[in-house]
Order: sequence, then C-alpha cells, then structure tokens
Amino acid sequence: MVPILLGVVTIIFVLLRLSGDPVRLYLPEDATHQQIAQVRSSLGLDRPIYVQYGIYIARLVKGDLGESIRYRNQDVAAIVMERLPATLELAGASLLVAILISLPLGTLAALNRNRLPDLLSSAVAMLGRAMPNFWVGIMLILFFGIRLEWFPVSGRNGIGSLVLPALTLGASMAALLMRLVRSGMLEVMSQDYVRTAKAKGLPWRTVVVKHGLRNALISYVTVLGLEVAGLMAGAVITEQVFAWPGIGRLAIQAISSLDMSIVQAVVILASVVVMVANLVVDLMYALIDPRVRYA
Amino acid sequence: MRAATGRVRRRLPVAVRSLLRSPTGTIGVVLVTLFVLAALFAPQIAPFDPNATNLRARQVPPAWVAGGGTQNLLGTDQLGRDILSRLIFGTRVALIVGLGGVMLTSLVGVTLGLLAGYFRGRTDAIISRSIDTLLSIPNVLLYLVALGVFGPSLAMLIIVIGLVNWTTFARVVRGEVIAVREREFVDAARSNGARSARVIFKHVLPSVSGPIMVVGTLNVATIIILEASLSFLGFGVQAPTVTWGRMLADGRDYLATAWWLATFPGITITLLGLGLLFLGDWLRDLLDPRLRGR
Repeated sequence: MVPILLGVVTIIFVLLRLSGDPVRLYLPEDATHQQIAQVRSSLGLDRPIYVQYGIYIARLVKGDLGESIRYRNQDVAAIVMERLPATLELAGASLLVAILISLPLGTLAALNRNRLPDLLSSAVAMLGRAMPNFWVGIMLILFFGIRLEWFPVSGRNGIGSLVLPALTLGASMAALLMRLVRSGMLEVMSQDYVRTAKAKGLPWRTVVVKHGLRNALISYVTVLGLEVAGLMAGAVITEQVFAWPGIGRLAIQAISSLDMSIVQAVVILASVVVMVANLVVDLMYALIDPRVRYA
Repeated sequence: MRAATGRVRRRLPVAVRSLLRSPTGTIGVVLVTLFVLAALFAPQIAPFDPNATNLRARQVPPAWVAGGGTQNLLGTDQLGRDILSRLIFGTRVALIVGLGGVMLTSLVGVTLGLLAGYFRGRTDAIISRSIDTLLSIPNVLLYLVALGVFGPSLAMLIIVIGLVNWTTFARVVRGEVIAVREREFVDAARSNGARSARVIFKHVLPSVSGPIMVVGTLNVATIIILEASLSFLGFGVQAPTVTWGRMLADGRDYLATAWWLATFPGITITLLGLGLLFLGDWLRDLLDPRLRGR
C-alpha cells in the first residue's frame, strides 16, 4: 500500500509541476517581477524540483497537505475532508443500488438460462456498457426530476436528492456485476454439492441461497473491490451532473483554477479510499469463504 | 509474401460466413460502417453547417413533435443550430479520438505487456507495480488533471488517453505472453539462437494478436464514452469543433425547456458504443473460440 501511495503522490506531483507557472494565475496581470518572485519563494516554487518533491513528501508524512492558493488561510485537509462525506454517501448508496440490482437479477438470469429473463438481462447489461453513464443521469433527471417531479434534480438536500445520483452511478456498476453473478451461479449450480443438496430434498431457496449464491459470491466480492476505483471515477462525473457537493466537484473546480494543493489532496484521498476498499475486500473473503479463515 | 496473401484469402470467407451467422455481429459491422461514413462525408451528408446559428429558430423541437418543422429533423439547439448536422460532425472527433486513442494505448500497453511477460523478473515487477498504481487512482481524475495542466486539445486528449489507459492492454498481453513463452515454438526459436527482439516480434507477438484486436475494439467504445465524459466536463476538444459531450453539457442546462438537446447525442453515443461492442464480441468469437459465451 505504501509504495503504491508513493507512486500516486509522485505521478500527481510531476504532472502538476509540469503545468508551468501557477503563480501567474493568482497575481494581477501587471504584477512586478519582484511580486512574482516573492509569491514564488513563499510557496517554495523557486527551489529545484527534487527539493520541492523532498519537502512535499516530508510534509505529507507529517500530515501537512500544503496551502490552497484559492482558499487562503484554510487547511487543505479540512476543506477536502469537509466534502468527503458527501462523496462517500453517494458511493455507498450507489454500491447498495448496484448490489440490490445485480444479485437478484443475476441469479434470476442464471436460473432461467437462455430464457426470457436471461436474454433481457443480457440485453440490459449490453446497453449499460454502451450508454455513457452521465447521460443515464441526465435522462433520469429529465423523467423523474422534471417530468414527474418525484425527486430534486440537483444539490444535496435530504435523502430524496440522493436517489437519482445513486441510481445513475449504481446502474453502471450493476450491468457488469449482474453478468458476473450469472456466470458465477451457472458454474456453481452445476457442481456436485448442489446436486447433492437438491437430492437430499432441501428447500429450493436454501439450495439457491446457501449452496449456490454464497459460493458464487467469492468472485463477485473481488470484482466489487476492483470496481471501487471505477466508482470513485464515476462519482466525479455524477457529482457534476447532479451538482453534488463532494470531492469530485471540488476536484474539477480546483483543476480548472490549477489549485494544486487541493487537487493533490483529492487524488491522494480518492486513492486511499480505493486501497482501503481493496483491503476490506480481502478481509471479507474470510467471512464468505471459510477456507481462507482456516488456512 | 504469396503464402501470406493466400492465407488471407482462405481466411476471409471464414470471417464473412461467421459474420452472417451472427446477427449482432452484422448489426455491429453495419452500425460502425455507418458512423465511419458519416465522419468521412460529414460535409456532404449534413443538411446544415453545424455551427450556423439561427436566432429566429432557437429550440425548434424535432420534426415529429408539435411545433417541429421538416427543415430540422432532430430540432435545433439554444442557438438555433441544427442538431442532426452537429451529431454528424460530432462523429469526427469521437472516431478520431477513439481510433487515435486506441492506437497509442495499444502501442504503449502491448509494448509494456510484452516486456513484462517475456522478461519477467524486475522488468515485470516495475511494470506491474506501475499498473497497480495507475489502477488505484480513479482514472477520470488523472485525465482531468493532465488535461487541466496541458490544456485540452485533440492531440493532447489522445496522448493523455494513451498514457493512462494502457493498463488493460498490458495486463491482457502480459498474461497471454506468459502462457505463450513456454510453448515449444518459442523454445525452438530461442535455442536456434534468435535474439530476444526477434523472438518477441516474430514469434510471440503474432500469437497474441487475437486478444489484442478484441481488447482494442472493445476499448474504442470505452474511449469514445470517455471522450464524451471529458467533453461534458469541459475538458474535451474546444469549440468551435463539435463534440457530443459538449452537446450533452448544453442539453443538461436546457432540460426543462428542450429535452431533445440532451437526448439525441446520448442515443448517438449509445448506438456507436453498441456497434463497437457487438463488433468486439463477434471478433472474440471468431478469433478465440475458447472465450465464447463469456
């Protein structure tokens, strides 16, 4: 985790330092050379790049994320952390939507292989891959927000405003996950122990849920973990569509104004979220798969 | 040389026959061909100049809706520009970025995947760690930062996509190469004294070209949707060049009064995406029957 984090920090650092001169953005056009030099040295931008990098890493280790040029005199970490709950709320709700759609529909498709539910689900999954996700969001706004006026179309104001963004982001994940549940279930349901379970007269539901689904979940959880990076990326766009005040929206504002400290903080934080999610997935194996627990 | 053309000639009918057996494959080929033609002949096909404004015909609805006229089949936008013409011209950026992006992506990804899979050891470790690192950053943020820093343009868009998006290719190729490098024909070439470069390009690369083509085709769809997303966020090719993503961004602002602004560009992207996915799935069935039905 630490080497990857260092890699992330390095990529962003190099990218941002290649950007040319951010100082000019924050001074009037007619600023004197002296003023420019002053600002630059106060930001440490006049030192060689490897020194800047060293200072930056040293500060990071101490938890100092630098100073935003736009939000002067405010703690960068505090600005980003203030927006994080909104993004986590959106990501969490979307994950829930994706699971609630993909598990039942994927199972249904597998149990009705090559019949109508299966064909429908594969058509929907195909469409889900071909449609730009943010457009799905726009269409949801059009029908449920503007036509039917069921839900607010933007902002973060109570549980109602979470519905459309979470549906948008969750649907994109559900398409892929549904196919995964299907193929996992197909594989498991043809195993000997499932036949045994059926043969000894267990109720159908027990066979499907306990013998089937639970074993099909192992690869499902892996992909769920891998998809968290995609979920965070999708959140950036979804937040923009729905004016959702999370770190994605903050990042876009900061990138537009080349506010490097904020950008760095958001990217690092998003990557940490992804890495923690992958760690959680590793731990969840133990819950789902007893073989991991006893090994 | 003659042997090579002979092989192509024998293979072609197989491809055509397989295409005729696959309805989705046929649809894919037709859809993609239509979009390519639209891009090539945009000035001839489009009824209007995509940037010609007409302030007296703003937000005219599509022809089949009350208030719509036959002049603008899919209606006009907030500045009175013809939606259909803009969609046709938008095909150009989508396909250029899609194809350019996938070429650069595959160049980087296939090269690194070949190196990692063939040499293993430290080379593999460095490349695989780089992949892990890139995968842990939500990729949209990387694109946005890079485009924000270097300024969004057609060329920059393609370069940035190439430098970030290569991980899928590298992973697929690395996996294939690891399997192939242990096969007898690679051993034979090596023990005949062939140098690494020759073994890689003459023996390993040709036998992993199938998966590369499949991943490539599916990746064009991914890149086109990505380009639309970046344009939507304001980091795509800038005006006056028409992009579907910016049409969608405009449409988002006029949803309450003119639903067609945001609806048609989305349908267009979906159709092209479907075409490419169908094409990719058919190619996979054709080139790698092992993967059928996955």
